Amino acid sequence: MSAVASAGTASQPAVHQISEAVIRIAGNSQDGIQAIGGFLARLAGRSEQEVMTFMTIPSTISGGPSIFQVRIGSGEVLSAGDDADMLLAFYDHSYLAHLGSLKPGGIVLYDSDHLKPENIPAENLTKYRHVGVPISSLTVEAIGGTGRDKGKNVFALGLIAKMFDLNVPKLHRLLTERFAGKDPKIAETALNAFNFGYNHQLATATELFQFTVGQNVGKSQVVMNGNEAIAWGLIAAGVRFGAGYPITPWSDIMELLRRELPKYGGQFQQCEDEIASVSMAIGASWGGGVAVTGSSGPGISLKTEAIGWASMAEMPLIVVNIQRGGPSTGMPTSIEQSDLNISCFGGHGDSPRVVIAPSTVEDCFYSAIEAVNIARKYSTPVMLVSDQGIATRIEAFPEPDLKSLVQDISPDLSPVTEHKPYDLSAPDGVTRHLAPGTRIGNGKYPVVTGLEHDELGHPTGSPKLHVAMVAKRRNKLKKLATELPTPKVYGPSEGQVLLVSWGSTQGPTQEAVKLARANGQAISAVHIKYLNPLPNGLENVFAGFQHVFVVELNDEGLYGIGQLGALLRGRYADPRIRGITKTDGLTWKVKEILDRVSQLTR
Amino acid sequence: MSEMAIPFSPLTRGANTNATPLPPLLEVDRKPLTKKDVAADHPTWCPGCGDFSVLALYFKLIEKRKLHHEKITTVAGIGCSSRFPYFVQAHGAHFIHGRALPFASGVALSRPDLHVCVFGGDGDAFSIGGNHFSHTARKNVKLSYVVMDNQVYGLTKNQTSPTSPVGYKSKTDIWGSNDRPINPIKQAISAGATFVARTSATNPNHVLAMMDQAMDHDGFSFIQCLSECVEFHPGAFDAATPRKGGVFAEISKEHDVTDEYAAYRLADEPWPGQFGVFYKTQRPTKNANEAKIISDYRAKTAGQADWQILQKSFDRLK
Ligand SMILES: Cc1ncc(C[n+]2csc(CCOP(=O)(O)OP(=O)(O)O)c2C)c(N)n1
Ligand code: SF4
Ligand SMILES: [Mg+2]
Repeated sequence: MSAVASAGTASQPAVHQISEAVIRIAGNSQDGIQAIGGFLARLAGRSEQEVMTFMTIPSTISGGPSIFQVRIGSGEVLSAGDDADMLLAFYDHSYLAHLGSLKPGGIVLYDSDHLKPENIPAENLTKYRHVGVPISSLTVEAIGGTGRDKGKNVFALGLIAKMFDLNVPKLHRLLTERFAGKDPKIAETALNAFNFGYNHQLATATELFQFTVGQNVGKSQVVMNGNEAIAWGLIAAGVRFGAGYPITPWSDIMELLRRELPKYGGQFQQCEDEIASVSMAIGASWGGGVAVTGSSGPGISLKTEAIGWASMAEMPLIVVNIQRGGPSTGMPTSIEQSDLNISCFGGHGDSPRVVIAPSTVEDCFYSAIEAVNIARKYSTPVMLVSDQGIATRIEAFPEPDLKSLVQDISPDLSPVTEHKPYDLSAPDGVTRHLAPGTRIGNGKYPVVTGLEHDELGHPTGSPKLHVAMVAKRRNKLKKLATELPTPKVYGPSEGQVLLVSWGSTQGPTQEAVKLARANGQAISAVHIKYLNPLPNGLENVFAGFQHVFVVELNDEGLYGIGQLGALLRGRYADPRIRGITKTDGLTWKVKEILDRVSQLTR
Repeated sequence: MSEMAIPFSPLTRGANTNATPLPPLLEVDRKPLTKKDVAADHPTWCPGCGDFSVLALYFKLIEKRKLHHEKITTVAGIGCSSRFPYFVQAHGAHFIHGRALPFASGVALSRPDLHVCVFGGDGDAFSIGGNHFSHTARKNVKLSYVVMDNQVYGLTKNQTSPTSPVGYKSKTDIWGSNDRPINPIKQAISAGATFVARTSATNPNHVLAMMDQAMDHDGFSFIQCLSECVEFHPGAFDAATPRKGGVFAEISKEHDVTDEYAAYRLADEPWPGQFGVFYKTQRPTKNANEAKIISDYRAKTAGQADWQILQKSFDRLK
């Protein structure tokens, strides 16, 4: 929190102008702390500020400790922040577990009904500023009920609003909208709780904060999480059929599509398992659309045989892969990027497919559209690889121009004179299918198949044809590679260290670059979004640096390098490429990245 | 990154699909298809394989129902029998082992203008695809499924199948199979199939009649068609083949096809059992249920372009 102090008097707390703040809310998942975070994020979106959130979800159904971190800023916000400026702690355990994530001098706002002031160690009192408020009992006083009931999250939101001089009319509107359509008493109760918190005298707080005006003034922003952005992007791209099987953190995409697609004349089917869902989606793609399936962890493993078929039969298909900690059931609620290998190579035989990894919530939206366009144009399966971190984090981004983005990709069934689904003379090996129901004048109809085939899709044992068809499937993706932009370097294009990021590691990596450069280090970064095929020209990017470190959330493996690291080593055979990896299930902190850089360059 | 990195222009019917448009012909100008028009590759089956007969009768069915090429959609998994789509001159799909039904469901649900016919073997249907069989039946997806049951794994050369009788000697049960075979008819009824019939490739008229009724049925129609593997399980169906001294017992006209318990009892008769329609009922199809959800929503979004519908959702995200 970079603050500029303004005059305050003994009775009136000082007001500081700040450009950003990191607020960590810690409690149990049933306390509705996600809701407070969501309100703050949406408020930031409506206030032309940048926002990024981070949350952990307990892996048990009944709830358990959970946090929600919001970083709001008037400038560029690249990550959810390493350390918090303020900690809101609902319980002793939240206080104990999260005090370490608070910056020295940071503020702890705690529920003094749970955490007794006399139990706070003296050394903590000097290191952090403590503000105790009997949140539970005051909430009961405000709205009745018991301390276990809902409402204290909204009361606490009122406290935060006061402390950070948040826009109260906008928050009132958000609260009212949130409970719209329900019993009007609920909204009224929420507003009461909020106002009670807002008007509470923060006796021990000696200062208040005010955000400077954001840089996005006048731009309309939308606020959502990464999974929502993928689902909406698919709808915008014209996807009208999907099939899936529930698994965290993929499920909310299927739930949203199930609910929304009928509005557009589409449908999403919940199947008996992941194999059925990928198969059903492929069937619908053959039917003439671009269908979507998706999963996480073990569900992706189950789909691999069918994805190989889509590669062989050259069928467009979107497979959304929301990575989580693996292998097997793994660490289902923690963050990992350990499914890059299965995304690029999962399947027997040579089964090339496209792999795209969005890095932000906004990128999720546009990447989904791009994935559909690539799947159609190159008639290929496309893996859209996100992770638990992006899936659940909330960001605000400029409202997309839907009128120009939304596309109709329904099949053209008008008759044709002839058709070869696997025409070997097609430039760059790029062919597309005709949907069943299309009349073909010469009476020669195609079969789509997973057996090696001739140009009409009939099986062949000819080694010559196999060689030609393998090359066709490879060459069309090589053609795609030529269309991919060479990633731009973040920072100067020459220096000591180049950090390579993919997916959600982009934010903390770029922030690390910013910090390091401010300290005089010659560190730059490059982000790779298209992972298979890789864009051309990366060798020229690498050439400007002494070291190339690939930052990713997976294990260094048997050979001391992560999954993208190994891919890049394999392609460029460049010994400067090394890995910065970890598997603690949490997003990268800027400090962690820079520590590892200094270890590796020592 | 706030935009798409790759410039993208809308796709048209491109040169790379060899898809030169053809002026549409009036339906009345089109001649009904003959066997010659619908036969594609010469089947790779062993001479004498029962599957030949099923294919010939599918051609007959197409002829009889005056279907045009583009209205024929043939889907299969993997197995000798599953090579079916290659032999039919029409849009076809040869998918992976055991998953023909979910694939076909994707076609059927997204393309209600097509009637999908799925062909496959007993291993494909009841072993690796067993779960899909139950769920496709339960959901009553509108399509027809003909299982060419030879009571053996043909393509992989003689291993025990889920319908192989106890005592059947295969490469994986050299002493004779000791697992109780499944009863496809009972399986189908209990799973919720709404049309369940049994026939044998040795009785062409009967096969044709069953396929014809299956295609008329609005729902999931299932036919178990005994189809002899002359290579690995010869003589398996002699008891139901009059030419071989057996009896082809047709289900009596008295049987009430809507009576689930009667159908069940009938299906429990000792080998070789009876042939005909065991069970037939009308239940809303998955296709109809989904169409209802869609039309209810579409009534509310009528007159709006897709982007306007999406804009409404985005307005709530501000
Ligand atoms: C995943 C997978 N497992 C195994 C196989 C090998 N396989 C091919 S066909 C088949 C069994 C075929 O038996 P059935 O379905 O009864 O068909 P039939 O050949 O008897 O007509 C098997 C096991 C495969 N193709 N894919
Ligand atoms: S092996 Fe059996 S099932 Fe396969 S083609 Fe030969 S006879 Fe038919
Ligand atoms: Mg068989």
